[in-house]
Amino acid sequence: MSTVTASPKKTGHPSALAEFWHYFSRNKGAVIGLAIFIVILVVAILAPLFAPHSPSEQNREALLLVPSWMEGGNSSYLLGTDAVGRDILSRLIYGARFSLFIGLVVVTLSVISGVLVGLVAGYFGGRTDIVIMRIMDIILAFPSLLLALVLVAVLGPGLLNAMIAISLVNQPHFVRLTRASVLAEREKEYVVASKVAGAGTMRIMFLTILPNCLGPLIVQATLAFSAAILDAAALGFLGMGAQPPTPEWGTMLAEAREFIQRAPWVVTFPGLAILITVLAINLMGDGLRDALDPKLKRS
Amino acid sequence: MSQAVLEAKDLARHYSVRRGLFKPDATVRALNGVSFELYSGKTLAIVGESGCGKSTLARLVTMIEDPSAGTLLIDGKPASVDDMSLRSQVQIVFQNPYGSLNPRQKVGSILEEPLKINTSDDAATRRRKAEEMMAKVGLRPEHYDRYPHMFSGGQRQRIAIARALMLRPKVLVLDEPVSALDLSIQAQVLNLLMDLQKEMGLAYLFISHGLSVVRHIADEVMVMYLGKPVETGTAEEVFSNPKHPYTAALLSATPIADPSRAKNRIRLQGELPSPLKPPPGCPFNPRCWKATDICRQEMPPLAGGETHKFACHHPLD
Repeated sequence: MSTVTASPKKTGHPSALAEFWHYFSRNKGAVIGLAIFIVILVVAILAPLFAPHSPSEQNREALLLVPSWMEGGNSSYLLGTDAVGRDILSRLIYGARFSLFIGLVVVTLSVISGVLVGLVAGYFGGRTDIVIMRIMDIILAFPSLLLALVLVAVLGPGLLNAMIAISLVNQPHFVRLTRASVLAEREKEYVVASKVAGAGTMRIMFLTILPNCLGPLIVQATLAFSAAILDAAALGFLGMGAQPPTPEWGTMLAEAREFIQRAPWVVTFPGLAILITVLAINLMGDGLRDALDPKLKRS
Repeated sequence: MSQAVLEAKDLARHYSVRRGLFKPDATVRALNGVSFELYSGKTLAIVGESGCGKSTLARLVTMIEDPSAGTLLIDGKPASVDDMSLRSQVQIVFQNPYGSLNPRQKVGSILEEPLKINTSDDAATRRRKAEEMMAKVGLRPEHYDRYPHMFSGGQRQRIAIARALMLRPKVLVLDEPVSALDLSIQAQVLNLLMDLQKEMGLAYLFISHGLSVVRHIADEVMVMYLGKPVETGTAEEVFSNPKHPYTAALLSATPIADPSRAKNRIRLQGELPSPLKPPPGCPFNPRCWKATDICRQEMPPLAGGETHKFACHHPLD
């Protein structure tokens, strides 16, 4: 994602990157989203530098300490502490690592498997297509969180299993999207020309057709990224995702649920972190769609 | 004349079409018994209106599809979809230069792709061959690193022609190569094609519905109607002395830039009949002004002299 900020190296006719940035930067929300996302990314990568405390260090003297700007707050615990005296800010900073990691793994898994399956369904068509798409319809027929919950229940709770389950639930969207693009591209004359030149099935599928289907997939991938963070948080909240004491945002919410009356900040900040991250990525995805969809371009 | 580089004997292609749950599948006879020969350095033009099987013929000759019946010989060897050895002998240029070039590939890699697949040339050789071909079709060397969307229609068609010639084919199928271009560009591209033919000894299968273009480029003409040839012969014979009423009607529909000339255009009534249910007898009989009972019962055979054949019971004088 961060490559979009690099300025184009070549001068002369506008490069694809410059053109992309031109359309992307028109959408102010998208630029703000990108900026927030980059900040979160940097904070997550350099978490030990930013976090004032270790995420698992417990301070018995400061249980449920209020944030520093409220009466009775302590300036070394900027956002207060939780029920066992851990610094919430540090946990949020380390939690960003988990959230981004979840997003990355889920998107990678579902994009790779979804694109492969969709490419096969779209290119070969016929019975292969029917079988694959009906399976995808079945997966889509379940409420996604419920299906993920069932899968985690079968596989056993844990962050890794949660990610696998969420990827599986996300995958049909990519299959459908890829198949639709492939169906449209397959009949184009440049594909026939490639065939006449002697290109084999693999070459046509991956080198000729696939690059022309990437636009909508990139957009869907960013949106799936935020959906994955949200789903992982939901699973964590339900006790099926990351297990305590992992500082995952959803798990933090679940742990703090019982103090919602007494110490609302313990719940508020992880919730805000999820909200801001998901919102930023969604705004960015919107801008990406504007920039990559030729139908929305005004030249 | 020397040996034919491509010989088609009674080529036919039938498609089965679903018509719904309770009806049996129907057969579309898109192409129904077409024979011709192509010689190097010569151009055979296929003429006919939309739906007469021109593009199906192109798909068969380029070995994208196998014929349902009949044989296709390239250099005297039978060709089929799975036979990779003959593939490089026949290449194609499409009508729409905006759809026939991969928008994600640069011109250089578009031109080099056929070499990459079919030859063991290294990158430098490929690049040299691509640049030679670009010069040959009138593209500048700096175009090598550009994407197709940076070119005009005529230039794109030059790129498409260059790509088709990269493998040094013997036969080039031109599927309405100029009908999507401006009139002034059409002439440029046609002249380029004729120069290339002379230089490389190519055999052209020129598919078109514009007779003025055909008159300009063709040595031989085949007029098709509903998947069948109705008249074939040398361009001169067919244009100056059309025997089949359909050919005459096509010719009279060609605009002539001379306002003082008398216009006696033949107006055909009705539409091209559905290829799902061709009329009995001569397929042209519902629209023909000379049709009699025999036309509605019996298909006339393609007969006539060596240089001019036609399938009609009542040929024109």
